[in-house]
Amino acid sequence: MLKDITLGQFYPAESKIHALDPRVKLVGTLLYVVSLFLFHNLAGFLLATAFLFFLIHMSKVPVSYILRGLKAIFILMVITAIFNVLFTPGTTIVHVWKIRITWEGVRAAVFMFIRLTYLVMGTSLMTLTTTPTRLTDGMESLMAPLEKIHAPVHEVAMMMSIALRFIPLLVDETDKIMKAQMARGADFESGNFWRRAKSMVPILVPLFVSAFRRAGDLALAMEARCYQGGEGRTKMKPLVYGRNDGKAYAVLWIYFAAMILVRIFLNLPHVPLLGH
Amino acid sequence: MSITLKNVSYRYSTGTAEEIEALKNITLTIEDGQFIGLAGHTGSGKSTLIQHLNGLLRPTEGQVLHNGQDIFEKGFDLRTYRTKVGLVFQYPEYQLFETTVLEDACFGPLNQGKTKEEAREMAKRALRSVSVPEELFERSPFELSGGQQRRVAIAGVLAMEPEVLVLDEPTAGLDPCGRTEILDLVKSLQEERKITVVLVSHSMEDIADYVQRLVVMKEGEVFLDDEPKKVFSHFEELEEIGLSAPQVTYLMQDLSAQGFGVPTDCITVEEAKEAILKAVGKC
Amino acid sequence: MGIIKTNHVSYDYVRVNDEGVEEEKERALEDVSIDVYPGSFVAILGANGSGKSTLARHLNALLAPSEGTVWVDGMDTSKEENVFPVRREAGMVFQNPDNQIIAGIVEEDVAFGPENIGVPTKDIWKRVEEALEKTGMAAYRMHSPNRLSGGQKQRVAIAGTLAMHPKCIILDEPTAMLDPGGRREVIETVAELNEKEGVTVVLITHYMEEVVYADHVFVMQDGKLAMEGPPREIFSKVEELQKYKLGVPQITLLAHELRKSGLDIPEGILSEEELAEAICRLR
Repeated sequence: MLKDITLGQFYPAESKIHALDPRVKLVGTLLYVVSLFLFHNLAGFLLATAFLFFLIHMSKVPVSYILRGLKAIFILMVITAIFNVLFTPGTTIVHVWKIRITWEGVRAAVFMFIRLTYLVMGTSLMTLTTTPTRLTDGMESLMAPLEKIHAPVHEVAMMMSIALRFIPLLVDETDKIMKAQMARGADFESGNFWRRAKSMVPILVPLFVSAFRRAGDLALAMEARCYQGGEGRTKMKPLVYGRNDGKAYAVLWIYFAAMILVRIFLNLPHVPLLGH
Repeated sequence: MSITLKNVSYRYSTGTAEEIEALKNITLTIEDGQFIGLAGHTGSGKSTLIQHLNGLLRPTEGQVLHNGQDIFEKGFDLRTYRTKVGLVFQYPEYQLFETTVLEDACFGPLNQGKTKEEAREMAKRALRSVSVPEELFERSPFELSGGQQRRVAIAGVLAMEPEVLVLDEPTAGLDPCGRTEILDLVKSLQEERKITVVLVSHSMEDIADYVQRLVVMKEGEVFLDDEPKKVFSHFEELEEIGLSAPQVTYLMQDLSAQGFGVPTDCITVEEAKEAILKAVGKC
Repeated sequence: MGIIKTNHVSYDYVRVNDEGVEEEKERALEDVSIDVYPGSFVAILGANGSGKSTLARHLNALLAPSEGTVWVDGMDTSKEENVFPVRREAGMVFQNPDNQIIAGIVEEDVAFGPENIGVPTKDIWKRVEEALEKTGMAAYRMHSPNRLSGGQKQRVAIAGTLAMHPKCIILDEPTAMLDPGGRREVIETVAELNEKEGVTVVLITHYMEEVVYADHVFVMQDGKLAMEGPPREIFSKVEELQKYKLGVPQITLLAHELRKSGLDIPEGILSEEELAEAICRLR
């Protein structure tokens, strides 16, 4: 059951998207997410859709992989859609008892549904095409200006990469501890909520003890290898922008500009945004 | 009680590209009261096999029979069964969690539905049987030395008074002295309480010194299953699968090849010593 | 003077309470003086709790002695400014293969040390390549450490220290958690580095079989040096070794037993071939 958790779900393939600098992909994802909340008509929707599927096609990642990410937040999406349908004021279509469904509500719900779907697909595309190490490198580099105000950017990035390395180990360990306690007759399945919560103690205590022991060992090993923070550190794989990265930035900004233009000039039938 | 695996196969990650057949059509009976060694290269399926013995894993195909009854049949009390087949995992001290040594050893008996008093008695008996000194009973298990923690963890399984004891490399990471201590203890439990023991080990010397029957696994199948002496006579085949025979076996082979009249199936120092003295005396 | 030298080193583990007052003091090392010559292979043998790991941590400035002095390549390790230069000269490999690999890809982990000491990018690549080549791990450079065997992980850890171009490598029970195949793999890698690259090796272990390659062996007991000498000399003192709770290999034990029984067998037998030869000579 624990094996189902996927983290750092990199999809290995050789594509132009995979080869892009992680900073481009991070900035690109951010711009794309913002652009999703810019459109409120068919033209914008079409543009955002075309752009997304163009990128997916370039990345060589099967669409089914990208859709997997949706499963986790499907319920959230449905709830958001229901709220939009029920609580958006406007022209009533159906009116049953106290429930009023408006034309604007349905429209807002559909748009919100699409936005969330694309948001998840866009971010999945980034994580699927970028190794966790490159991703943390990218974040560290983009956040570097924050070091001027003494934000521990390097340390946070280092913590993230160590977490990525140790999570699979701890997942395995949890599995082992669970089995060992089951071999001592432990029961994790029956009983009410309180009993089940209590039955987690024999798993959680050893897990924490082990995590701390590993942390101690690791700190020692890092010290022994001369680790002393980010200062004076060089990199085996420093981030360097290539020619394609420049092109990618250009494409991104053109797309973003187009989305803004569509919003300003093709603003024919007014559609209320969430909560308006 | 006997445990029988009948045509057991087990596959990990079924239905994916990474599907691995960890066990292939294994038929094996663990007889009552035996001291059995289980050897095999890492990845040969040993760990998967022992997790079938107490029903932690369910075979993809085949059956696990306890006194002839399928343990995965509807209505079979698997939880009670698990406490009868005590499984000690590798590095068992990593599963300690209670605030005191005694309470930790009570965990199993309490899960069996014993009263607090009964559980404490069982726990105390188990802790004494692995020679954990009385004054440590109320200490936190996390304050003990590695060797002591290991014994407390084994007591945690013994406290359930299992009829079969399965140990997955109980000596891993211990120093030689700690290793002998644990193995002697297991041996005495097997002899005094007449429980069945299955010992997974990488050390052929340990196996030679302790077990009556040796099962060797290879790529998910039972490769050899016989008395240790007979198994070690196949030392060339053992080497092919990344194992070896005890050092003295090689010596005896060597001596015999050079025309010495010594038996080649000695596996312990004691046996070898006597055989060599006899042969030299004759010469 | 050797590349590593300790002069009457003692070390106390001190436990302080919340107010910073000394609560408990435990002497872990007592008057230890060792001298390691450049290019040599030195083994430190001892049971758990003998102080061998504490000693190891002094050799690359993870601990500073309570009394006495440790020099690495002429640098006093207790001086603050020497800490990082010492760690660069004396690389360290630890026991648990999982808890010393930092990165998620083999080559990036090997690069961790050089990155820390500010080696330019181009040179890092060269060093990583060399280090992986020397430890036989080049084929795995793009792998995730989680998919490697224990022995392979330890070879990655060795490569990680090699990439810092140290003069010596200290291995603190690198094989305690490995299977026999993994143990052989690691020890052979280390022996080869010592022989071909001239790297000074300090191997800390409780397996006597592993010290056969060493030029010089130190045996520790209760924080003190108990024995010292070349392997052959050490192996000839079987009774003393057993007193120090060390597991004497079958062959050494057998040779000793045969000698005791009156056979004319030389002392300090290291291998099965040697013993076979000695016995054949008796004819």
